[in-house]
Amino acid sequence: MSLTLDDIKRVANLACIETSETEAATALVHLSGIFSLIEQMQAVDTSSVKPMSHSQDLVQRLRDDIVTESDQRELFQSIAPKTESGLYLVPKVLE
Amino acid sequence: MLNSSLQQLSALIAAKKISSVELTNEFLSRVKAQNPVYNAFITVNEEMSLAQAHAADAMIASGQGQPLTGIPIAQKDIFCTKGWLTTCGSKMLSNFISPYDAGVIERFNTVGAVNIGKTNMDEFAMGSSNETSFYGPVRNPWDITTVPGGSSGGSACAVAARMAPAATGTDTGGSIRQPAALCGISGIKPTYGLVSRYGMIAFASSLDQGGPMAKSAEDLALMMNVMVGFDTRDSTSLQRASEDYSRDLARPLQGLRIGLPREYFVEGLSSDVASAVESAIAEYRKLGAETVEVSLPNTKLSIPVYYVLAPAEASSNLSRFDGVRYGHRAPEYTDLNDMYQKSRAQGFGAEVKRRILIGTYVLSHGYYDAYYIQAQKLRRLIAQDFSEAFKHCDIIMGPTTPTTSFPLGEKSGDPVQMYLSDTYTIATNLAGLPGMSIPAGFGNSNRPVGLHIIGNYFAEAQMLNAAHQYQQVTDWHIRIPDTLNGL
Repeated sequence: MSLTLDDIKRVANLACIETSETEAATALVHLSGIFSLIEQMQAVDTSSVKPMSHSQDLVQRLRDDIVTESDQRELFQSIAPKTESGLYLVPKVLE
Repeated sequence: MLNSSLQQLSALIAAKKISSVELTNEFLSRVKAQNPVYNAFITVNEEMSLAQAHAADAMIASGQGQPLTGIPIAQKDIFCTKGWLTTCGSKMLSNFISPYDAGVIERFNTVGAVNIGKTNMDEFAMGSSNETSFYGPVRNPWDITTVPGGSSGGSACAVAARMAPAATGTDTGGSIRQPAALCGISGIKPTYGLVSRYGMIAFASSLDQGGPMAKSAEDLALMMNVMVGFDTRDSTSLQRASEDYSRDLARPLQGLRIGLPREYFVEGLSSDVASAVESAIAEYRKLGAETVEVSLPNTKLSIPVYYVLAPAEASSNLSRFDGVRYGHRAPEYTDLNDMYQKSRAQGFGAEVKRRILIGTYVLSHGYYDAYYIQAQKLRRLIAQDFSEAFKHCDIIMGPTTPTTSFPLGEKSGDPVQMYLSDTYTIATNLAGLPGMSIPAGFGNSNRPVGLHIIGNYFAEAQMLNAAHQYQQVTDWHIRIPDTLNGL
């Protein structure tokens, strides 16, 4: 597999990270090196192996459906970039 | 005082020979004098530390003291700490005053420990040299032209340079053990699930685990007694009976079976590290342990597997940083998407972006099976290697790192070379096993070497026992760099 500059730009866009031409070119060099390391994985036949997502076989715990958090809106919004009347402000999405 | 163990400081405080305020002031002045050299701390807040020290003294006066009451502990800046700047080493969080405490911080607060400051780290814990920090690199006290390791480089340095008697760290692929090894201190990554991840800023959730860093195994046990415990707010926290991690320290090692993985002593391991580790193992034989050769045949695959799984989880975890509710927002943008794109481009450093791109790629349409699922399958094979090996031994030993500390800048331009620093540590995170590093002598240029001890699930007390017995017959763990003589 070989990565292209277009792959880098596509993935950067999916990841919502603005990337200049120079940055994309550097990323291509680094990611190509990393993927040549990653490619070692393909040499192993794993057709009979079950994927392991986690080291412990855990069941998700359930809890009673009751309120556990108190209202801390003011505290949480005190560190927000922009708020107004208890709302987080972002640029207009709908005209 | 600055060179004392937690055990000794605890005894002095309990006997009222020193107050927490006096002790805290002593460490604060040490930090003030030394931090400009090492850059181990991102935030120091004398007022808040001293308020905690006063509260600790009141606890002691009323007979409520516990082993760590009143003792200054350095906290890795990955743990959200209420009212403290909590940056995770990133520009993205360079304005983030945490509105809440992490589970680990709460546990230290409950016993009345004093937060002496927030330690420097690789950005979002992504790095093995502490050079990816937005706040600049940390320097290794044994040679300030070399790296302290990472990502918990600030914590390792703070303990090694005697700016704190102990510190917290986190370990996703070796971030406690590798810096502990490079800075000549002790550190343990517990079994996955023992230490709460609540409020510990997430990197790769199925691998991240907090743990202590200190001078000796005995001190690590005291820290473990505080840090380990069930937390309902972490969905992977394990509910188990509480343990006293100091309980087995004194047990003799007669008959302990030490497994030596043949894959750990081959090409790639530098000769100075190999000979220090071999001497350490010889010392264990003298202590009555037996050694057996074991095999971990999939060792080589752990780095490729890790560099698929960890970035995949990271790309998902770090999608929360969007400049809306907290953290960095770009000063100028045209629309919502542009705001996201610019805030993330400005807020994240190069290594973090690189890993987000890898993760996004391996999770994207058409590549998911070939990379992500294949890596998860290999993860199972790697974990199975360990369960097979533990049929023949009680504990596994080897080198923590392939080399001693390396010069600042040597590997920062070549991610693949940097990733190989974690060759021996990553597999335990993939398997969820506990791992620790203890000082085992010195390599070339008087740089510390770490002995890596891997235990079976929940074998922390046994590992601490093995480490403590070694530390009773060696003095590597109490050596300090020449520049620190006179403490």
